[in-house]
Amino acid sequence: MAHGTRGPVPIPQETQSRNVVHEVLDLLDTKSPLTTSEDLASISQKDVKAALDRLASRSMVTYETKDSEQVLLTPEAENIVANGSHEYRVWVAVKDAGKVAIKELPNIVGADSAKVGSGNAFKNKWIKKDGDSLVPLAEEVKDTTREVLKNIQETKSLSDAKQLADLKKRKLVTVSKVISYVVSKGEKYAREIPVEVTDLTAEMLASGEWETANFKPYNFNALGAAQNAGALHPLMKVRQEFRNIFFNQGFVEMPTSHFVDSGFWNFDALFVPQQHPARDMQDTFFISDPPKADKPRPDPETEAQLDAMEAGSRRLFATDEKKETKPRDYEQYFKDIQRVHQEGAFGSIGYRYPWSEDECLRLVLRTHTTAVSTWVLHRLAEDPRPARYFSIDRVFRNETVDATHLAEFHQIEGVIADFGLTLGGLMRFLEDFFSKMGIEGLRFKPAYNPYTEPSMEIFGYHVGLGKWVEIGNSGMFRPEMLEPMGLPKDMRVYGFGLSLERPTMIKYGVSNIRELLGHKVDLDFIKNNAAVRLDKN
Amino acid sequence: MPTIAVDKAALFKALEREYTTKEFDELCFEFGIELDEDTSESKKPEDQAQPPQLKIEIPANRYDMLCFEGIAMNLRVFLEKQKLPSWKLSPPKFGQLETLTIKPETEQIRRYCSGVILRGIEFTQERYDSFIALQDKLHQNLARQRTLVSIGTHDLDTIKGPFTYEALPPEQIEFIPLNQTKKMNGRELMEFYEKDKHLGRYLHIIRDSPVYPVIYDANRTVLSLPPIINGDHSKITLNTKNVFIEITALDKTKVEIVNHMLVAMFGPYAESIEAINIVSDHNNESRQAPDLEPRKMQAEIDYLNQVTGLNMSPEEIARYLERMGFSVAPSSTDKSLLDVSVPINRADVLHQADIMEDFAIAYGFNKLPRVYPNKSAAVAAPLPMNKLSDIVRFEAATAGWNEVMPLILCSHDENFAWLNRKDDGKTAIKLANPKTAEYQIVRTSLLPGLLKTINSNRHHAVPIKIFEVSEVGFIDLSQERKTRNERHFAAAIMGKTSGFEQVHGLLDRVMQMLKSAFITSEEGLKNTELEGYWIEELDGRCRSGSSALSQLTGTDPTFLKGHSAAIKLNIGGKNHTIGVFGILHPSVLHKFELPYPVSTLEINLEVFL
Repeated sequence: MAHGTRGPVPIPQETQSRNVVHEVLDLLDTKSPLTTSEDLASISQKDVKAALDRLASRSMVTYETKDSEQVLLTPEAENIVANGSHEYRVWVAVKDAGKVAIKELPNIVGADSAKVGSGNAFKNKWIKKDGDSLVPLAEEVKDTTREVLKNIQETKSLSDAKQLADLKKRKLVTVSKVISYVVSKGEKYAREIPVEVTDLTAEMLASGEWETANFKPYNFNALGAAQNAGALHPLMKVRQEFRNIFFNQGFVEMPTSHFVDSGFWNFDALFVPQQHPARDMQDTFFISDPPKADKPRPDPETEAQLDAMEAGSRRLFATDEKKETKPRDYEQYFKDIQRVHQEGAFGSIGYRYPWSEDECLRLVLRTHTTAVSTWVLHRLAEDPRPARYFSIDRVFRNETVDATHLAEFHQIEGVIADFGLTLGGLMRFLEDFFSKMGIEGLRFKPAYNPYTEPSMEIFGYHVGLGKWVEIGNSGMFRPEMLEPMGLPKDMRVYGFGLSLERPTMIKYGVSNIRELLGHKVDLDFIKNNAAVRLDKN
Repeated sequence: MPTIAVDKAALFKALEREYTTKEFDELCFEFGIELDEDTSESKKPEDQAQPPQLKIEIPANRYDMLCFEGIAMNLRVFLEKQKLPSWKLSPPKFGQLETLTIKPETEQIRRYCSGVILRGIEFTQERYDSFIALQDKLHQNLARQRTLVSIGTHDLDTIKGPFTYEALPPEQIEFIPLNQTKKMNGRELMEFYEKDKHLGRYLHIIRDSPVYPVIYDANRTVLSLPPIINGDHSKITLNTKNVFIEITALDKTKVEIVNHMLVAMFGPYAESIEAINIVSDHNNESRQAPDLEPRKMQAEIDYLNQVTGLNMSPEEIARYLERMGFSVAPSSTDKSLLDVSVPINRADVLHQADIMEDFAIAYGFNKLPRVYPNKSAAVAAPLPMNKLSDIVRFEAATAGWNEVMPLILCSHDENFAWLNRKDDGKTAIKLANPKTAEYQIVRTSLLPGLLKTINSNRHHAVPIKIFEVSEVGFIDLSQERKTRNERHFAAAIMGKTSGFEQVHGLLDRVMQMLKSAFITSEEGLKNTELEGYWIEELDGRCRSGSSALSQLTGTDPTFLKGHSAAIKLNIGGKNHTIGVFGILHPSVLHKFELPYPVSTLEINLEVFL
């Protein structure tokens, strides 16, 4: 997220900085360019910069920044410039007195000068020892140290690097960085800042004042005004991306508007045996009220809706060939499901267990939208034809809630029915499907699922995690599921599914599902999430 | 999916080569099992303290891979290190089969029983542990926590046939349970194990039955009290040579599946596998068990090739299928068919589709030709209700409201009492087995979710403006599933002031976008031909006119008195009450712990379809 403060462009308000502005303008009148470190040395660099920026943004001045190094004297060095070097002071003392006892010297020139100065004065052959006294040797001396320092004081520089290092070592000078500005008149230079307006107003348009008005420049380092925007939920935005992928592939959306389904549609019709762990109280929400479903029967309202949705397709692919529709026999379907579980049928030996009608008609919160796919495929048996259906809707599992599990989530489900489908065709389809969210190179692992055979777990390589992760499930629906519906034996049906939440969490780095779905989601997460573009990173 | 831990060194020895973790992971991936963990890579002290293990996830229908022996055998066959063994029954050493007679009384509690004898078995500590662990895995998975099937194993040399399987009143059954010293009857045993962490959870299976199942030998020694515990007398040890296995069940298919699994996994350690003569005349289940003959199935060659997209000769297909444990021969009667023998360990094979899948696995899923048959053309269509919802969602968001997605399940109180609403007992769908009070019913209104969302976001600057377009559920006995969903649109605003005009304004905006004109209530009531919506104050007086949601006429205690209104709609010549909006009653705010005034709007979208 961008950092910065929102609000109006700040106006420098202190009179001090107004004065600096005027000082710069005044000075430029007579001297352009000027160098701030020299001409405005008494004003702090911060204030100078503020004034220059203000003027430059109005094209009243232009300036260049110059970084330079300044050599500055330490207090000791300043003392040398004022009173001479230590050795000079020793020599003066000795010369003035003609002869000084070594013991006496600190009392005359001070302890520091006596210590440092006498050594240097010996080395320079200015004085010599005479017993335990000092006597002058030179009549005239040149105090080079003082001259060098004096020169530095004036020029604030020293070109001899070796000498500079020596002086630094002797703690006589320090080197500091100096930012200085070379300022010239700008194209709109004037002695005064003209009156500025902050915004264009209707009055200015009416009066024509806008033509001469001086507009205050914007501060582009701050954000613009906050928008009082509404937002769609990020998960719904991802859902829309998936819906678009399905629509682009010619899929028809399935009527999933019922949370409650019977054991029949949710399990039995899918060849899930009645003792399957998925039908445990631990995994599935059962309904206590209302108590029990009716046996499967026609649902004219939903039929009509799907008929209307598929009318376009029927018109488009209509041929002269007269097609007979085969009415569905719900009672036969129910019996055949019982048979295929209990005794075996349609080329299957079945599970061979005592099948219970009560168990079959128990109501559950649907554990998957495949319950709806089953209903839609049964409808397809009336006129078996190539078809594609999808749904994205809420499903329910009696899970213990944690960071990756909620009792509710969304299932994305796709179904493709056609004659002579191959297993490799499903892989190819899924490769294309997942490539639309930037997941390439899928691998498929044999898996077990009671209603698909073969069953394949879909693995995609996760670059961030550096490993293969399971991203969905797929397979071809079992003949024990399709043939009782009345679908012909050579019609095969792909099914694939994934949760809406998991790819969203992987894609957007959400580690806790409760931050994505449910009432605990933070409104900032909803408001500030970027638009969802699954094909972009 | 069950996870099985096997000794890494022993498994690799059985597979006749070393694998890196990655290589073994690949092998598992290809075969369709999953390497969950290699403990040699674990940093946990308890893992480092013992020899490295491989923890392998097994598909729920592969009961023949629930122990070391099964995993090793199936992978060895897959890797062509061996052919699947052919398990054979041997005639009894001493002339006669052991007999187990099932008494008719068992019909009341656990009607099926089967068994087998493994003679001359050679136990080692590893084999013994694996034998016990396999029984446990079978009890957990296929047997559904022993409810459907349970296994008892006995040292045959400590007991004497013929055996009987009976059902007797608990007081009449007396024995010393496994690893105990005190004799107890069935009733006492229930009390004794009441608090037992391991066995306590199985007691419910028979506790309240007037008769308990029990197996006796010829001397009335109790072998076991299925499905709870064996007797101490006949327990097996490392030194046991001849094992008598009895299996009781509610389901006669599963009883033999379990028998097959035990024989397939541990038969190879025995000198001979001996059948038992089961006498069960009362239900025509007298037989010799187990039957170890492979099951004969047929598979169509064209089907195997078509679905996999391959074009293999019957001989090639046979070779691939052998790696999955099948023996295959071209059918003698029909050239287009293969005769497939399904071995006893493959209870998961029900249809030729299963054979086809194994053919594809043996060939390699990821080597199959990935060609999409480009023949099905289709025309996409959105669900009309979803299309309508999207319109309302976009309009609400563009009007400056934020979409939220609370859960559909909620507590009874959140949906009723906290909103000052009464449950008439005929409206809300109730759950039978929720794990927490958070999930008691399917919501009948979107309000609880919205108010909980605001509660979770109380720290945000007000006003908070949120909406949801989603479904609620109702009991509807006219439907096959006795319930129906209804698509609603709801919004809530919390701020320093009530926000009443805001929800009203949002309603106007959405109505405008749905081409419904604002009319006055006088106009609406007078002229049913006039399409549009109007607002009726809910002030306690009963209004005339029909109403689909009758609870919305009169006062609505969810809202502050005099500050709520019903939304009425004339559409298609019909007059509907589609919803309500208003300022929430302070008691509702109190329940949902909301510090500022809140106004809400909720309408039913179904009428606009």
